[in-house]
Amino acid sequence: MMSIPTTGPIIRVEGLVKVYDTGEVPLRALDGVTMQVTRGEFVAIMGHSGSGKSSLMNVLGALDRPTEGHYWLDGEDVGEMDLDELADLRNRRIGFIFQSFNLLPRLNAMQNVMLPMIYRVENRADAEMRESESIAALESVGLGKRMYHRPNQLSGGQQQRVAIARALINKPSLLLADEPTGNLDSKSSEDIMGILQRLNRQGVAIVMVTHEPDIAAHAERIIHMKDGRIISDVQNANQQHAESITNVQLEATV
Amino acid sequence: MTFIETIGLAWGSLILNKLRSFLTTLGVIIGVAAVILMLAISAGAEAAIADQINALGSNLIVISGSRGIPGKLPTLVYDDALAIADNVKGISGMAAEQSAVDQVIQWGNANFTIPILGETPGFPTVRDVPVGTGRFFTQADLDRKNKVIVLGYKVAQDLFGDTSPLDQEIELGNTRVTVIGVMAPKGSVAETDYDNRVYIPLTVLYQRFLSNMNVQNRLRSIYVKAQSPETMDSAIGQTKSLLAQRHDVLVSSPDFTIQTQQDIIQTQQATTETFRTLLAWVAAVSLLVGGIGIMNIMLVSVTERTREIGVRVSIGARPIDVRRQFLLEAVILSLFGGMIGVITGVSGAWLFNETGAMRTVIVSWSVVLAFAAAALIGIVFGYFPANKAASLDPIEALRHE
Ligand SMILES: Nc1ncnc2c1ncn2[C@@H]1O[C@H](COP(=O)(O)OP(=O)(O)OP(=O)(O)O)[C@@H](O)[C@H]1O
Ligand SMILES: [Mg+2]
Repeated sequence: MMSIPTTGPIIRVEGLVKVYDTGEVPLRALDGVTMQVTRGEFVAIMGHSGSGKSSLMNVLGALDRPTEGHYWLDGEDVGEMDLDELADLRNRRIGFIFQSFNLLPRLNAMQNVMLPMIYRVENRADAEMRESESIAALESVGLGKRMYHRPNQLSGGQQQRVAIARALINKPSLLLADEPTGNLDSKSSEDIMGILQRLNRQGVAIVMVTHEPDIAAHAERIIHMKDGRIISDVQNANQQHAESITNVQLEATV
Repeated sequence: MTFIETIGLAWGSLILNKLRSFLTTLGVIIGVAAVILMLAISAGAEAAIADQINALGSNLIVISGSRGIPGKLPTLVYDDALAIADNVKGISGMAAEQSAVDQVIQWGNANFTIPILGETPGFPTVRDVPVGTGRFFTQADLDRKNKVIVLGYKVAQDLFGDTSPLDQEIELGNTRVTVIGVMAPKGSVAETDYDNRVYIPLTVLYQRFLSNMNVQNRLRSIYVKAQSPETMDSAIGQTKSLLAQRHDVLVSSPDFTIQTQQDIIQTQQATTETFRTLLAWVAAVSLLVGGIGIMNIMLVSVTERTREIGVRVSIGARPIDVRRQFLLEAVILSLFGGMIGVITGVSGAWLFNETGAMRTVIVSWSVVLAFAAAALIGIVFGYFPANKAASLDPIEALRHE
């Protein structure tokens, strides 16, 4: 096991540049991003369409490598890692949730939640443990009664909750969310924010991209991007608190 | 991800597309069935040949005079046969043979035309054609030119029905002969029906049926039985130089030919070999087509499931996990085809044999070979699609619709 430092920032990036070689003019989707995220922090990233938010998230999620610049996760240089190490990073240390949920349509909720455990190389769990942990994770997002539903039998909000349970199943200390409420109505969005805030209180650092100011308002800190750069980075003076709903109440939302 | 889990995963996605999976493996099914069926047919043919060879007589050496040259007499004479019997070491018997024009055989009201052969006493043992009832003629019969006859099994039945043929007097052409024996049933070997011919002493044949003085003492073949397979070569060598000397020809350009069952087996085997090569090509082509089919469907599958691959990678699947998943899927697909192919091939071969359409022997190693070929095809043709899946860019894959 790698020793993960308990002090210092969980994310540190310096001079991130991402260039896309499309068309005649190379496109600088990230143009020198430098920032840090503290352990257990809740950060929202805002900005116009095309400002580079997703590009940044993909680098942070180890799904993409920057053209230039450095990324340290828990003090480790991600740029130095090989493909298998990156996979392990995505598997155990980062949870990723997407605007479009990205559940596997043929698997039921429980099987979807289980997936990251199946790919875990270290500390493998046996089938029984995987099942009980998946059930617990689904219950924690209020889907204890929908474990055997396929994604197409679930509402958008419920699908996103399955995705959150999946992102958290290997107990990462960082959750990345790219427009997690982008496809949801305000009620479901509020539920999701409630779950994220609760996770954050439990110590999970969250970086969330959103277009909606009232969603961003749930974060402790708000970063604005434009043309691949950070143009403002401020603490959120009046952080909104989603109704602290219980699992039982979540169960009731169909 | 463990191996078992990967298998489960691959199996699951194949089940989802049952019909497509089946159609994809059709090439492998046909290829594998062809391998098994064809090997069974050629093994069956070989077994049939081996049986025939054994039926010819074991450790048999066949000496024939040059024939088929118009106006030329057969080169072998009876004295050649006697000389071989006296001088060649390592042989256990000799039989000299000459044939005459087919004759009408008659007893009571029954009569028909029949091939007739003049033989010497060694015939039953040298040619492995045992006597059923009565006896074969002796050297004494030969020397005294006794008018005796030994009937083929079917001839005896056709002529006498339920009556015992022994000691009956019958007409052969215009010669009256006494039946002294009936051969055991033997059937046909190499187009000769041993049950439908009759044997008389060679001397009687010369006297009564070959009136042309020129062919007196001439033989069409001399059969020699070697004591064991080990003495065959030496016996052949001795016979060759003895006959060359007697005929005043060079060993290198003889006026006779010497053949063994081995020669006959070899010519037959060459035919089987050609057949087998041809079949191997047919099988190879179908397996290749099957492999390409699998590769094609796996590429389709990778494209269809690009997003799934992206999701799996984004939650921590390593390249090797993805590669293994698709490789195993290809192998399971081809093994599944192999299994159906084995069942088809084996039952086809069995049916051919049962219905008497063709003699087949199911070769057990062909089943192993077929499975190995199927697995290999899965690996070889699955590798490229699997590799493609494993090297997909996760972001592109996730964006794929
Ligand atoms: N794979 C790619 N190839 C070429 N250009 C790309 C690619 N991905 C992103 N871009 C470009 O990079 C820029 C930043 O894109 P990005 O997706 O990061 O924006 P975003 O801030 O997430 O926008 P949105 O709010 O619409 O999601 C855009 O101009 C986009 O067109
Ligand atoms: Mg985006």
